[in-house]
Amino acid sequence: MNTTLFLQQCLTGISLGGAYALIAIGYTLVYGILRLINFAHGDIFMMAGYFMIFAMAVFPWYVSIPIVLIATVILGVLIERTAYKPLRSAPRMSVMISAIGVSYLLQNLATYLFTALPKGYPEIPILKKIYNFGGISASLVTFLTPVITIVLVFLLLQLIGHTKVGMAMRAVSKDYETAQLMGIRIDRTISFTFAVGSLLAGVGSILYFTDRMTVFPFSGSLPGLKCFVAAVIGGIGSIPGAVVGGFILGIGETVLVAMGYSTFSDAFTFILLIIMLLIRPTGIFGEKVTDKV
Amino acid sequence: MDKTLTTNKKRNMILNIAAIAVLIGMITFLQFNSADYTYQISTLERACCYMVVAVSMNLLTGFTGLFSLGQAGFMAIGAYVTAILTIPVESRPSVYYVDGISPVIANLEVPFFVALLIGGLAAAVIAALIGIPVLRLKSDYLAIATLGFSEIIRALISAPQFNRITNGSFGLKNIPGFPNLYVFFGIVALCIVLMVLLINSSYGRAFKAIREDEIAAQSMGINLFHYKELSFVISSFFTGVGGGLLAMFMRSIDSKTFQVALTYDILLIVVLGGIGSVTGSVLGSLLIIFGREWLRFFDEPLTVAGVNVPLFRTGFRMVVFSVLLMVVVLYYRRGLMGTTEFSWDGLFGWFKKLPSRFGKRTDRKKEDTK
Amino acid sequence: MSEKKNVLRLDHITMQFGGVVAVNDLNLEVNEHEIVALIGPNGAGKTTAFNCVTGIYEPTNGSVYFNGEVILSNHPRGKMAKAYAGDYPTIGGKSIIKTPDVITKMGIARTFQNIRLFHNLTVFDNVLIAKHMRAKQNVFSATLRLNMTEEKRMRRETEELLKMQDLYEYRNEIASSLPYGLQRRLEIARALATEPTLLLLDEPAAGMNPQETQELTDFIKEIRDKYHLTIFMIEHHMDLVMQISDRIYVLDFGRLISQGTPEEVQNDPRVIDAYLGVGDEDA
Repeated sequence: MNTTLFLQQCLTGISLGGAYALIAIGYTLVYGILRLINFAHGDIFMMAGYFMIFAMAVFPWYVSIPIVLIATVILGVLIERTAYKPLRSAPRMSVMISAIGVSYLLQNLATYLFTALPKGYPEIPILKKIYNFGGISASLVTFLTPVITIVLVFLLLQLIGHTKVGMAMRAVSKDYETAQLMGIRIDRTISFTFAVGSLLAGVGSILYFTDRMTVFPFSGSLPGLKCFVAAVIGGIGSIPGAVVGGFILGIGETVLVAMGYSTFSDAFTFILLIIMLLIRPTGIFGEKVTDKV
Repeated sequence: MDKTLTTNKKRNMILNIAAIAVLIGMITFLQFNSADYTYQISTLERACCYMVVAVSMNLLTGFTGLFSLGQAGFMAIGAYVTAILTIPVESRPSVYYVDGISPVIANLEVPFFVALLIGGLAAAVIAALIGIPVLRLKSDYLAIATLGFSEIIRALISAPQFNRITNGSFGLKNIPGFPNLYVFFGIVALCIVLMVLLINSSYGRAFKAIREDEIAAQSMGINLFHYKELSFVISSFFTGVGGGLLAMFMRSIDSKTFQVALTYDILLIVVLGGIGSVTGSVLGSLLIIFGREWLRFFDEPLTVAGVNVPLFRTGFRMVVFSVLLMVVVLYYRRGLMGTTEFSWDGLFGWFKKLPSRFGKRTDRKKEDTK
Repeated sequence: MSEKKNVLRLDHITMQFGGVVAVNDLNLEVNEHEIVALIGPNGAGKTTAFNCVTGIYEPTNGSVYFNGEVILSNHPRGKMAKAYAGDYPTIGGKSIIKTPDVITKMGIARTFQNIRLFHNLTVFDNVLIAKHMRAKQNVFSATLRLNMTEEKRMRRETEELLKMQDLYEYRNEIASSLPYGLQRRLEIARALATEPTLLLLDEPAAGMNPQETQELTDFIKEIRDKYHLTIFMIEHHMDLVMQISDRIYVLDFGRLISQGTPEEVQNDPRVIDAYLGVGDEDA
């Protein structure tokens, strides 16, 4: 493998990793605040893909993107309100089952509405334009994804670290009940968290599908699982962790595909998960939490 | 007081024997009229395969409080092991027509009950390996690790590298079926009875203790990891056997049979029946599988008085089922049975209460003063 | 006292959570057949000390001995090595960490401050589960009912225990439906079912009125004599503590500030300071 090809593969990996990172953040935020694996997150990402198809059928891309993002946020918050909010005081397993139910529902709904056949993802001409940097040629989206990821993560960290709503999010994730006693509006904070997570999933969806070119009802389930694994590897609850985890998975997967083991690239994710759980269950950036007895 | 107790006991005993007799009678009837009832028999058989898996999921989720989403994966292991070991040697060349068969398994053929057992054991061994890193941690990780594992298994089964063992994406066929219905239902009943006996044993109580309060269970001398691992391994064993039964029922399998949707079907059964109730799972699997057959018309275009009802087309049935799952989770979290089991006393009690539910208020008062 | 056999010994136990040292260089001993109390204002680290003894927490530094055998021994490792802020230097050596179930098996049983029964199970099953640990069986013999004598023995002993605790009439009730006082008693019965030699009681009289407290006092003495127990307890009711304790240890802000007989502790100015100075003692 020559250097150019190697760099080319690296870029593809980083780009995929960037999209993974954006989705992984959604998992990590929700897990941090509700201790819930939001199984539906991958399917929100899938639905965002369909939204884009329908938006682009009518509007130009610069109108479609905001529409898709807004629709995705609405979907995310709607799911939180209908499927998770009624179960606030229920055992955690019930909430998890509810999340699986939503995932199942979205997949079946997509199959019903849009059929199980893959639908072509609309091309955004600017994003698909091929650029050439020092012998590496790739479409703009490949170059752009890591940049967008880093910028969004930076903004998110500012939001969480330096704003009132960010402080509320941190408080709720530390101690739910005490935060409530301090006058933080739990439901509003949780909805906001879902909105942020869905927004990032929407962005991730545009970047990911522009590269993949088709959407089908199950195209969210495996990437979703992988992104949760990315969040666990980075340390669930930690935003930088989710980003690092996303990049690790994206690059690792691309390398495996390049080496001709594409069948095992999915298995790689879960083997990495098992190894990580064995050597450092709290993930790269995670802190050990002692439950009070 | 004591007298009514013993008469109740006697009555229950008679009812139990009667129920078993009716069941055997029904099976005998179906056995001798199988040609007329192929459709009903095959639906019933499918329901029974799911039943074994649903009860085993309940053993883990309802009684030990652990949440695994690897049912499809463990079923796939059981199914493929059973299939590979039972497909008649002489018909193997026609099954593995693409790449030929690996010489290791080419002449390996065992009786089906041995194959089912080995299939279950294979699933159990893999469960044990997954459990070692995962079960020491918070239980959330089990769900994600098993779901991931399930996907890996499916990917491996369909991988062209394993064509000579699993026949890749072409699937396996010519799997021999059951000699008769008695054998099939006998195996299903045996599996469920064994799990019920386990749940009601000292070990089952230890599982329940973990479900109730891990810290208190530990303080009672129960090693959390060992018991979680035990429960997970046993549950996966029966899931594997269930998968093997499904393979023998379907006669031909491929990797698409064992998609995550299969796990979700089982989950729906367990949730609908009641998490923590074996009879609930039994009832749930019959309801869901028969329900799905009856509701097939959802998937076909429906015309009422010349007008085409727009909702009815392919995929609508599954939407209905996923909405059903959501409704049960959100509004009837107990499912049909909650954590209670079916009992004759319970049934009679329910019947006795019926008039007070629908009857006048005075009746209810009488009931209360009693 | 020194001629008595030593049952439990805490040796320089320190427990640190992040930057907070919850228990700091705690040394104490409990001898055979004694009733020893651990008292102190709220948040003094008493329950944390209990959790260190039963293996629910790994102590950050120090050792715990049970009947002369080390059951827990640890020193700050990893990140904690830098952050360690205990008074006593790190002890070094090999870490020995037994899990709670092993410690229970060795003969230490406990109750919890915030009752931890198996809430949805019956009273009978709650106690029966505690019998599981010492039963001679395996998963096959239990499932296939090969050894019914063992199961019968467990049930018989559970029945006896429940009768002794006046809980027999509630045996088919769901544990969480019992009144508070009975739940506490059930928790003690469940602990006794593990056949301990050392019983740790975490605020057994919490939420009880004076009469119930008096009954509990007699009850604790009674079970000690009946089962040849050594008792180590955390308690806020001073009447109870002063009445039955052979010795008392006083903890404040994680440190041991006084120890001795009830009279000695009562007259210790440091103890009075700790309780009155803090002023949040409401027991």
